[in-house]
Amino acid sequence: MILAAAPASPADAWLERAPVLLRDALTGWLPDALRPWVAALLSIATILGVFGLLFAYMTLAERKILGRIQNRPGPNRTGPFGLLQPFADAIKALTKEDIVPRAADQVLHFLAPVVLVALSLIGLAVIPFGRNLVAVEMEASVLYFFAAGAATELAIFMAGWASRNKYSLLAAMRALAQLISYEVPLLLSVVPVIVVAGSLSTTDIVAAQGGWAAGLWPHWHALTPWGFSAFAVFMVAALAESNRSPFDLPEAESELIAGHLTEYSGFKYALFFMAEYLGMAALSAMAVTLFLGGWQAPLAVLEFIPSYAWFGVKLLLLLLGFIWIRATFPRLRIDQLTRLSWKFLVPLALVNLINGGVWAATADWTGAAAVVRWFISALGVVVPFIFLARSLSAGYGPRTYRYASP
Amino acid sequence: MAVIPVERKPLTLAERTYIPQIVHGLKTTFRHLVAPNVTLEYPEQRPEIPGGYRGVPTLVRDPNGREKCVSCQLCEFVCPPKAIRITPGEIAADSAQAHVERAPQAFDIDMLRCIYCGLCQEVCPEEAIWLQTQYSMTGYTREEMVNHKDRLYELGGTLPDAHLKWDKKKAAEDAAAHGGHH
Repeated sequence: MILAAAPASPADAWLERAPVLLRDALTGWLPDALRPWVAALLSIATILGVFGLLFAYMTLAERKILGRIQNRPGPNRTGPFGLLQPFADAIKALTKEDIVPRAADQVLHFLAPVVLVALSLIGLAVIPFGRNLVAVEMEASVLYFFAAGAATELAIFMAGWASRNKYSLLAAMRALAQLISYEVPLLLSVVPVIVVAGSLSTTDIVAAQGGWAAGLWPHWHALTPWGFSAFAVFMVAALAESNRSPFDLPEAESELIAGHLTEYSGFKYALFFMAEYLGMAALSAMAVTLFLGGWQAPLAVLEFIPSYAWFGVKLLLLLLGFIWIRATFPRLRIDQLTRLSWKFLVPLALVNLINGGVWAATADWTGAAAVVRWFISALGVVVPFIFLARSLSAGYGPRTYRYASP
Repeated sequence: MAVIPVERKPLTLAERTYIPQIVHGLKTTFRHLVAPNVTLEYPEQRPEIPGGYRGVPTLVRDPNGREKCVSCQLCEFVCPPKAIRITPGEIAADSAQAHVERAPQAFDIDMLRCIYCGLCQEVCPEEAIWLQTQYSMTGYTREEMVNHKDRLYELGGTLPDAHLKWDKKKAAEDAAAHGGHH
């Protein structure tokens, strides 16, 4: 008598294959020609649904956590623990009057939020959410992702320009300066990953991070010296790219009212808000894919938990980190912001590029040589960091304060 | 003239990397994340009102249920924003309160004018007007925001005062009426 054997590999577990099985069950009865189209529509609906809900509950989580950090409970009136708050907000946004300034460029004013949300969403198509869960398999998906992300700058400038408001325009100019500055370190920090993984495809990059050193230490890029440095640069640049505090200069309330959102109200305003969170989620998802092993489990014994759950956990942790950072740090000044990018992050990412190249070239070092390889890589992170950090504060050293003479 | 150079010690290497400060900031916010709330759930939980609080002005009765106010109008005159309007009235001879000097016929406090200064309470010779603990006054119309006499007594309640001035006066009057004196 043969007992049912345990699944040979985690990829065969029923929970692991459940999303694919569900898709096949839903599309199986269709003619062959229609099947890929319906499957694509299903992926779109799933991404929209999951990330729409994620957006809704991120706003709630953000308000709750900010509240708790300020020693107050946060929203708790709408439903149990305020869980229905996002829906109340949605109803409010939908029923509010949509005011368009008479002097505004009507078409651009309407298009800007739509374009922004669309561009924020399309990046999610190439993220592998699980072992077999990627909406679009592409050779150059990393390139595609960052191209889509860079286009959001256009939509923000559209909003600022079309509003015909001095604050909106100033904020849009600022946003462009900031986003273009941080696009550089964002991309530069990704290059070593591509060099080491040897592929531009997100699926391959995740596959390259599978396995464990000594059965314990995952081969995630963030857990190598060069990868940690790249991850840190990526996350700082991602904070700036998604206009989050402490880099929320484009919507600095105290200086620019609400920045490019000044002339937006009602549902269009909600769309901007949604785009901000979707952009944040997309960049975090990319960070998980590139540096935190994507859907890979941190330990071999934990592989019974399906891959998409691991992806979700990592994504949520990064998003909670964004909220924590927002609650902690004060906003930078515009000159500090650009200095941080051009004088610190860009050189750091450039040095790290060489570091990643050395790591890729020494991939066959084993035993004691592997330790040397780690040491070299760590040196390649710490030394430039210290020198750059010193140069960043050069000329801003000890000052003599003098009281004004009476 | 007075130039005071302030000594600023140079930053250490760790401080120049900004990392200890960033970690310290994150630690601070995390400590608050797990700390208990300091806020009240307002409509359900109410703050404890400290003694000497100056809330909405009210009129009080003495323990026998008599109006303490004798409509002397001192509060009306002292009121800086002129929020108080009193119409003095006589007490009917057959009333249970006949031995009391006078009583207000109408007593209106316009809470849209009142500045909660407490001068009316301070000036009142009969201790009849008190700023008590009620701190929220709301209404939909201007008329609603004017507290009339019955409302003022309803808000004020009874002052547990052992000094019953009008009882003593009545006792003296009764003694005189029964020929206790020549």
